[in-house]
Amino acid sequence: MANHTVAAFDLELKELQRTIAAMGGIAETMQSDAIDALAKQDVRLAQKIIAADPELDRLQRDVEEKAILTIARRQPMAVDLRDVIATIRIANDLERVGDLVKNIAKRILAMDGQFPPPTLLASIGRMSLMALNQFKSVIDAYTQRDPQAALAVWQRDGDIDNLYTSLFRELLTYMMEDPRNISFCTHLLFAAKNVERIGDHATNIAETVYYLVTGESLAVDRPRGDENELSAQAGE
Amino acid sequence: MSATPAEKVSVKNLRFFYGQNLALKGINLPLYDRKVTAFIGPSGCGKSTLLRVLNRMYDLYPKQRAEGEVLLDGENILGPEQDLNLLRARIGMVFQKPTPFPMSIYENIAFGIRLYENLPRSEMDDRVEAALRGAALWDEVKNKLGASGLSLSGGQQQRLCIARSVAVKPDVILFDEPCSALDPISTAKIEELIDELKAHYTIAIVTHNMQQAARVSDYTAFMYLGELIEFDETDRIFTAPKQRATQDYITGRFG
Repeated sequence: MANHTVAAFDLELKELQRTIAAMGGIAETMQSDAIDALAKQDVRLAQKIIAADPELDRLQRDVEEKAILTIARRQPMAVDLRDVIATIRIANDLERVGDLVKNIAKRILAMDGQFPPPTLLASIGRMSLMALNQFKSVIDAYTQRDPQAALAVWQRDGDIDNLYTSLFRELLTYMMEDPRNISFCTHLLFAAKNVERIGDHATNIAETVYYLVTGESLAVDRPRGDENELSAQAGE
Repeated sequence: MSATPAEKVSVKNLRFFYGQNLALKGINLPLYDRKVTAFIGPSGCGKSTLLRVLNRMYDLYPKQRAEGEVLLDGENILGPEQDLNLLRARIGMVFQKPTPFPMSIYENIAFGIRLYENLPRSEMDDRVEAALRGAALWDEVKNKLGASGLSLSGGQQQRLCIARSVAVKPDVILFDEPCSALDPISTAKIEELIDELKAHYTIAIVTHNMQQAARVSDYTAFMYLGELIEFDETDRIFTAPKQRATQDYITGRFG
């Protein structure tokens, strides 16, 4: 796109975009660390994840303040307006993703010494990886301003929901088998729910990117997971 | 916005010449009944020219001519048989700089009415009051109607000019950058007034202030080099315009 006549306006928008990219990088590292930490039940890595979260919060406030100043100074129109609003929305989603990963890390700390069965950890690991891939794709879609890539992320979210539902059933079975499993199963269930929410935030970002680039909103009825969603909601 | 309202004015294949110079290159555009249509575009794009065609201001100048049609309620106002005085009563105009006549506030309004109607004094008083009320100026001037129009502030003068237009009961009011010489408070009053006026009149406004166009209008036309580039609902133009040139212009990326 051509540059603005006022060069400082371009700098402000680029700065906002850079901050979003930085937030995306931090949130991505937190997620891939969480996948390792879960698989290996690595307490120290979990603590590192928790320590990374405040930076995301700080950057989110930073984006918000800068975006508000840009609106006040430039009164952006059309794609610029959508751009500024998109950075506010995406920064919000990224900050929430950070909180969710941080909570997963806290669950790892809470499960210390309980050694959940590897099959369960593998299931939740698969789900986390799926969410991470969604997340990476949508951040790429944002940096490349690619509405089709955003649309693809948006359409894939049902997969994570389905996996969450089946994991929910798996955990229920373990809990019914032996009450001693209930403690770590509960932690894993919360962790899985958090992963599922991360997927939702990736979908939100996909909607924002699509709107940012095209000016059109995606249809309201997003592809959802299976019909048993309500029973899985009981895990909340 | 729901169903498309009726077309009060229809501009069809309008071409306009300053001598040999083609200033409007075939414009097609509606002004919808009791809606506000904003014209935006860089200087020299033809938006003010278009406004001047709508009430045939160009007739004052030799060597300026228009081709095509401008239909007001289905009637072509570009025809030679068109009575210009009647036309300008039906299509009023407010200019960039307030242009009160050097006479009393009362006479500024009454003068225009007398051109078209012969009213007894009491009826004239009512009409003057109604016009000043219509332009949201009455409360500020009711105790000094004999004072000179030039004694008013810029914003008040501009509202006096609007009152003058309203006084002859037009169908359409054209605003050519009505706020560019006004402070923000006077500007806000004019914008508020435009919002009230559109209940009764079809309005076209030329403005260089993009935010103003976004605030006051229902439809927006973006013009460039004598052509209409994009015409759409204002909400659409300022959030997601279809044409690249429109986007570049309203986001400040032009040329």
